[in-house]
Amino acid sequence: MLRRHLGAIGLFAAGLALFPALSTGPALAQGRDLTIVSWGGAYQDAQREIFFRPFQQQSGARLLEETWDGGVGVLRAKIQSGANNWDLVQVESEELLIGCEEGLFEKMDFAAIGGRDRYIPQAVSECGVGNILYSFVLAYDRARTAEGPKSWAEFFDTKLFPGKRGLRRGPKTTLEIALLADGVAPGEVYKLLGTNAGVDRAFRKLDSIKQDIVWWERGSQPAQLLASGEVAMTNAYNGRITAANQNDGRNFGIAWAQNLYTLDSWVIMKDSPNKSRAQAFLKFVGEPRVAAELPPRIAYGPTVKGANELVSPEVLANLPTAPANAASALEISDRFWLDNLDKLSQRFNNWLSR
Amino acid sequence: MSARWKAAALVAPLLLFLLAVFILPIGAFLLRAVQESDVAPVLPRTVSALAGWDGAGLPGNDAFAAVIEDLREARERDRAAGGGEIARASARLNADWPGFRSLLPMTARRVAQELEGAPREALAGISEDWATPEPWAAIRRAGGPVSDFNLLAVLDLKRDAAGHIAAAPPDQAIFRGILWRTLWIGALATLLCLAIGYPLAWLIATAPPRLVPWLLAGVLLPFWTSLIVRTAAWMVLLQREGVLNAALQALRLTSEPLPLLFNRGSVLLAMVHILLPFMVLPIYASLKALDWRLPRAARSLGASPLRAFLRVSLPLSLPGVGAGCLLVFIQALGFYVTPALLGGANDQMLPYFVAFYASRTVNWGMAAALSCLILLAVAVILAVYGKLIGFSRMRPA
Amino acid sequence: MIATSRLALWIFGLLALVFLLAPVLLILPLSFSAGSFLYYPLPGLSFRWYADFWTSGFWLPALWNSLRLGTVAALLAGVLGTLAAFGLWRGNFPGQRLVMAVLLAPMVVPVVIVAVALLLAFGPLGLTNSFLGLVLGHAALGAPFVLVTVLAALQQFDAVQLRAAAACGASPLRAFLRVCLPQIMPGVAAGAIFAFATSLDEVVVTLFLAGPAQRTLPRQMFSGLNDSISLTIMAAAMVMVLLSALLLLAVTLLRRKR
Repeated sequence: MLRRHLGAIGLFAAGLALFPALSTGPALAQGRDLTIVSWGGAYQDAQREIFFRPFQQQSGARLLEETWDGGVGVLRAKIQSGANNWDLVQVESEELLIGCEEGLFEKMDFAAIGGRDRYIPQAVSECGVGNILYSFVLAYDRARTAEGPKSWAEFFDTKLFPGKRGLRRGPKTTLEIALLADGVAPGEVYKLLGTNAGVDRAFRKLDSIKQDIVWWERGSQPAQLLASGEVAMTNAYNGRITAANQNDGRNFGIAWAQNLYTLDSWVIMKDSPNKSRAQAFLKFVGEPRVAAELPPRIAYGPTVKGANELVSPEVLANLPTAPANAASALEISDRFWLDNLDKLSQRFNNWLSR
Repeated sequence: MSARWKAAALVAPLLLFLLAVFILPIGAFLLRAVQESDVAPVLPRTVSALAGWDGAGLPGNDAFAAVIEDLREARERDRAAGGGEIARASARLNADWPGFRSLLPMTARRVAQELEGAPREALAGISEDWATPEPWAAIRRAGGPVSDFNLLAVLDLKRDAAGHIAAAPPDQAIFRGILWRTLWIGALATLLCLAIGYPLAWLIATAPPRLVPWLLAGVLLPFWTSLIVRTAAWMVLLQREGVLNAALQALRLTSEPLPLLFNRGSVLLAMVHILLPFMVLPIYASLKALDWRLPRAARSLGASPLRAFLRVSLPLSLPGVGAGCLLVFIQALGFYVTPALLGGANDQMLPYFVAFYASRTVNWGMAAALSCLILLAVAVILAVYGKLIGFSRMRPA
Repeated sequence: MIATSRLALWIFGLLALVFLLAPVLLILPLSFSAGSFLYYPLPGLSFRWYADFWTSGFWLPALWNSLRLGTVAALLAGVLGTLAAFGLWRGNFPGQRLVMAVLLAPMVVPVVIVAVALLLAFGPLGLTNSFLGLVLGHAALGAPFVLVTVLAALQQFDAVQLRAAAACGASPLRAFLRVCLPQIMPGVAAGAIFAFATSLDEVVVTLFLAGPAQRTLPRQMFSGLNDSISLTIMAAAMVMVLLSALLLLAVTLLRRKR
């Protein structure tokens, strides 16, 4: 008789045993671990090694990682759905401005992260602190095309260089590149993009190679697309290309001409329960000694004063800040994208999905 | 009576559970397709001032004064509480009239300072757009509490300043194309599953009994394998440096790796692979239950094998065919993960855009309106099935 | 004539089975590769990708989350689904067709709609980024499978036995627990396994509701496939396939018992 009951009793016992697991659910949501969101791939691997793991060891508390590929809408969705689970996010410059204006981020308390004077002036803003200087560059595989392209104009020349092209899915960088390739001088790009005729011109230029474009979203993708020969050349983060050469034995080339130069920042999400831990993390990675460990692993420039002095000249020469590399660079206008990102994203997505 | 209530009481826990965590959340989400709750809290006076406007020419002076007053107060609230009210209102208005994303926050910043002249001239001085009817019409349409804006938008329609329904501008008219694409991919997947699944089911139903478990296992094992694993398998098989390209090159059939991934074909291939068991199992169930003496009788009365099949066996197995097509088509309409991983930019179906609007642009209204479209398609298919075949004849696979 | 068409049917059917089985069977051996590329021939055999799966700090917690989540969701769906099936089987009550439609709705509503709806409903309640929220979502998706399976099992059960138990003085609860439940137990268990498998397979709701601490195995695979396909993902696929095969085996054994 008892045996007949066993099934039901077992079910109940299992339910009871698991009840604590159930009831700790909401509690976990309250006291969750510090969650840091970065850009994945070789970059986040480097960050893990020199920032995340050492900080975790030093503070003795668990740290969770997440990967994203940008888009202020993602941050809006997190806050407006009431379901935010991110604490510290690395954002692009226009996301910093938009999110700050919309109240998506906490105000940055510089006193708690080592003081304003610790950082270069561009890195200091109301809601965020800059963490890397980097460029979008034209990259190709020397193993396949020894004599590579020199400019964005050649990027659009599929007769001279047959094969697919990699571009970042979204209007930012894509439209600038289209105009640069169409012969617009760097100083005129944003003036032109501010007009309908300029935007039309950029999309017309893109139309000319639309069938040959492979769109990437994640920072790790361009290097993979190049490595597999999927694309002949691609727009890419400069650091990922150098890292692929360093770590994976690739022979990728970079055409620095008219690279698109910008910086990323750390922000703390609005009402984060881990604000003070996030600040402790920022204080830790803002030490010149710690920040100087990044460039040798991935070629991005630090934003902490005094960090460059700790980096070897060979490494510095690979950074977007090296004079030779910065000479013809176009600085991405965060003000322009603050005003126009949503409008142009909508147009870009509609253009893409047909 | 009491037995009935006891039966109902046993069903109640699951019913209440599903109402709470399924029906109500989905209902509340779908309602967002028509709810307008972003603009009225920011521009309450403007909305009521525009109520009497006929949509021709510009609204009266009171509307201009109301915008200035509303925006001043909204900006104060936003700065104090960080609610992002203006941002949300401009996002909603921007969806109707592109330009609002910058117009509204900019106007809010400017009206916070002292203004020169009368409201009408002051606003026109901030931006010429305020001297055109379009932004005003957009505010009135979004004034709420409900509107058909999103539902029209997913049909590539919108209302003009006078309130008449008209076609959306060509660069925004993308959704009919996506709807047809979704239905077309779903239909094609269903047909392919049927073409492959029916003979396979027939084979299993007529195979020698000792082979049946093995043949069935060949269908059930993939059926139980996780969708993400099967999608991953196709990615690894089809990618540029993948199994298939390596094999083709090793056999010297191709010299260059072929671009097999990120196109319509790869999406369809994986969908058919994933959905095929849902076609085979119901057809097999109906064929197994078929009285095989009937087609034999037809044959002995002189019908050709083809005729016996078409006139006897096929009609008798139709409930299984119907159930299989229903299962496959409905699931195909909801496919998200597989096209997202295997498809290119123009192979994405409606569910992708639901996720896109929900997680990348915070446009819950559009996500809800697109969801309504999918659910409507599902409901139509279920209704057609109910009419043609009926649910009582469906067999659990 | 008949022999040739029969032969053609066999060839076609076997090709269809190859199409069903080959993709997964072809990629699984890659996980034992000593190299790091995703095609044949393998440069050698090793367990390095399984070692990576075991030590990376991402995959093992995800596997554990999946198992825990599936178990709790299956228990919840199993209890609620079994009670409801018994109720539906016992008697007619007003609005039964509508009730049935509600109970089976999770089978036909596309899961991306469920995911966004739950994100919006659970967000303000603090049920996102929580184990409990995922349990509720997955139990809702799994419950219809329990209901259908248990209803099918109840078709085989003779209601006279319940009346006999009542005549012997057993309360309805005792009669259900002692007479009915043991006989339909294989069906209940099979239904719970279906619910477990549903949870184990689920990506989209998890994608929208889970935080990094609740990542499941398929969710981890999804982000891995999005980022870069490594052979560790193939090792994870192997683990998933083994789990699925175990579940299929369990259901088959239960069917036989019945």
